[in-house]
Amino acid sequence: MEIPYTVSPRPDTGLTNGKIAIWLFLASEVMLFGALFATYVMLRVGATEWPAGATYLNIPLAALNTVVLISSSVTMVLAWASLAKNDFGRFRLFMGITILCGFGFLFIKYLEYSEKFHHGYLPSTNTFLAIYFTLTGIHGLHVIGGMVVNGWFWGPGSGLWKRDPTHFTNRVENAGLFWHLVDLVWIFLFPILYLL
Amino acid sequence: MDPEASAGEHDGAHDAHHEPLGFWRKYVFSLDHKVIGIQYAMTGLLFLLFGFTLMMLMRLQLAFPGEAFPILGSLFGEARMPGGIMLPEFYNELGAMHGTIMVFLGVVPLAVGGFGNFVLPLQIGAPDMAFPRLNMISYWCYVPGGLIMLASFFVPGGAAQSGWTSYPPLSIIAGQGQSFWLFGMVFLITSSLLGAINFIVTTIQLRAPGLTFWRFPFFVWSQLVTSFLLLLAFPPLEAAAVLQLMDRHVGTSFFLPSGLVVSGEILQATGGGSPILWQHLFWFLAHPEVYVLILPALGIVAEIVANNTRKPLFGYRSMVYSVIFLGFMSFIVWAHHMFITGMGTTMATFFQTTTMIISIPSVVILSALLVSLWGGSIRFNTPMLFALGFLPMFGIGGLTGLPLGLSATDLHLHDTYYVIGHFHYVVAPGTIFALFAGVYYWFPKATGRAMNETLGKIHFWGSMVFMNVIFMPFLIMGLAGVSRRLWDGGASYAHAQPVLHWNVVSSVGAWCLALAQLPFIYNFFKSAFRGKKVGSNPWEATTLEWATPSPPPHGNFTTPPVAYRGPYEYSVPGSARDYSPQWEPSGA
Amino acid sequence: MDAHDHAEIDRHVKAALFVFGALLVLTGFTVGAYYLKLPTHLAIALALLIASVKGSLVAAWFMHLLSERKLIYWALILTAVLFVPLLLIPTLGALDAVRLN
Repeated sequence: MEIPYTVSPRPDTGLTNGKIAIWLFLASEVMLFGALFATYVMLRVGATEWPAGATYLNIPLAALNTVVLISSSVTMVLAWASLAKNDFGRFRLFMGITILCGFGFLFIKYLEYSEKFHHGYLPSTNTFLAIYFTLTGIHGLHVIGGMVVNGWFWGPGSGLWKRDPTHFTNRVENAGLFWHLVDLVWIFLFPILYLL
Repeated sequence: MDPEASAGEHDGAHDAHHEPLGFWRKYVFSLDHKVIGIQYAMTGLLFLLFGFTLMMLMRLQLAFPGEAFPILGSLFGEARMPGGIMLPEFYNELGAMHGTIMVFLGVVPLAVGGFGNFVLPLQIGAPDMAFPRLNMISYWCYVPGGLIMLASFFVPGGAAQSGWTSYPPLSIIAGQGQSFWLFGMVFLITSSLLGAINFIVTTIQLRAPGLTFWRFPFFVWSQLVTSFLLLLAFPPLEAAAVLQLMDRHVGTSFFLPSGLVVSGEILQATGGGSPILWQHLFWFLAHPEVYVLILPALGIVAEIVANNTRKPLFGYRSMVYSVIFLGFMSFIVWAHHMFITGMGTTMATFFQTTTMIISIPSVVILSALLVSLWGGSIRFNTPMLFALGFLPMFGIGGLTGLPLGLSATDLHLHDTYYVIGHFHYVVAPGTIFALFAGVYYWFPKATGRAMNETLGKIHFWGSMVFMNVIFMPFLIMGLAGVSRRLWDGGASYAHAQPVLHWNVVSSVGAWCLALAQLPFIYNFFKSAFRGKKVGSNPWEATTLEWATPSPPPHGNFTTPPVAYRGPYEYSVPGSARDYSPQWEPSGA
Repeated sequence: MDAHDHAEIDRHVKAALFVFGALLVLTGFTVGAYYLKLPTHLAIALALLIASVKGSLVAAWFMHLLSERKLIYWALILTAVLFVPLLLIPTLGALDAVRLN
């Protein structure tokens, strides 16, 4: 039994099922991070004193991480574009770079976190660090999730390309939307936590 | 009456394409929305029964506070009922878990997971949900969540006992069971999010040709709005649950204020947090959640009223606009649960105003359903009895909400039995009646057999009477100022003495209500095996789910359906029959 | 895939590369603004402004939102509208609250 509009869009909505689904999921993610940002705002406004980001955080490393994520977003677009132009080899190249950028991001995060733990800066130290670790931690989990999905498409999942190239291209496009959201969240996280 | 269709027979040619599925893939990890819907429904009903049992224990304590119950004492042990006398901590466990289980493990899985999954694809003429595997995963996230909740009863210190609302600081310093609650919630929220995405995509994309949005049965509209509520309101609670877990286990203080004193000693915590923050994040979900509880019920009642008055619904368009407006407004009323937190007048005014406004679409929908009865040829079968019973009960529930939504009166009524009376009227003889109605109505479609009408009527009348015996006294006790969550039902308060006797009345009502459910349970299982067989459209209904055999085959429709008209074309002038189904071309 | 579609995709890629450049520049602005050491309220406003511009670029071009369908727009507008009270009410409530001192 075939579910319609999995691969080709439904004429009146102009959308595939997967495209709507991923945007709905992103909407729910906006609300998830919204709650965490609301927490940040309320705790900061209610605090008698609030440390500047630079007191605990490494701005140059985080700025580098921002560049890493933005670059990975571009390579994600290029990966999808390669598929759309029937070039599987270039897809693997660009998707591979995207995943490597993800590893880069996580590695820099590891450097940041271990530096803090080394100094005894923990989530329990104060409210600023609590929300810092939580926001970046949950964001980091989303980076890992995105990398798992991207890795699947790069590796074992790529068999779908031979069976149904359009379906595979759509799936990579939808995965790309998730990855861009992860980038988008960081674009706000970085100045808010580190620079304000 | 439609001729007896071949109930349950599969399309032979269709089956030739599929290898037979093994037991696990067919019954446990099925991808078929009908199987998944039944799984959700059965699991939900089981949890409703369990939650009901917790309540009966509570009512024993409330009727006879401080009395010894030796048999129960030996069952629950010295930690919970030393000498057979219920400890306050045990009472709090029962209270917190009764609420949690009824809302998250009972009503929503049955109303949304059960009825939504089973009926929605059929009502829009779809072969299944848009994402069958995601559907299966949703169910299998719900079950572990439920099991974690149940497991929490067995950990040292017992289950969560800080109310279903889990307010800090109490919930932060509470025992292990609270962490189980938080973990369980993460699973349940994930299940709902995945399900919501599935429902929305399915409704928009997989509807049959000719089924425009304005031809949707009201049930479809109510499930669609419900799904948006789940999608956008649940994530903040998921975030909050993580934050509370961190406060409990990692030493953060998102919700712990500085200088907190526990049992005469300053709590060793980082401090700087806000308990009010939790309340905002919790209620941001929990208010839309109560609309998740009522909207599917309104949808079910609408279907049954139209079918059993043999008339179109009055004010269908107004009902649709109202349910959409209601869904939107439900996101901006939440702080009416927080009027006594020291809120300033600006906040209070804002939330009072939105709360008063949200009562308007509710009244429109209820009124439309009531007016729909006027001039109808009413058939008083069991689904219709429950639907009719729902209407005034929901009316009482809604009206009692008004003094709670106004800040001035809420100051006196907050956290009293009045609140418990209000929301139980809406959910118990409200939503649960609608769910019973739905079971009697769609049972023939799901099983190909009818339930027994006599047993159904006994179930209805017993439930109707005893629901009111239980909950009407709550309104009286609440107005007298008896607080909720008191393990002795107010016995130690002077102002409660004149109304204490109502506790006994309510408790007797609860145990009689339990007895009234026995005919239902018996009827349900006996009819599943021995009920009278029915055809595809035993109720002579007009919506698409009745176009296919009972039970529907794999793939739902033997020929792809087309919708030719609106959902409630009953008693069309000039027509030979008193119903014109959506799927029959004109002139049929 | 025909040449017409390929041209469309090439345009999209070109736009994405432009956006990449813009994002790098704006990231520079973000960090640069920090070193301006503005008063807190101005710093917040500026940081959020730049971040919003960056975010809009990602949404419009990387996520292809500029040429998306109405249905998606409506879902996102609904989300954006509901995001605002979630973000602001807890804090506004705390600021409006009754104080004893």
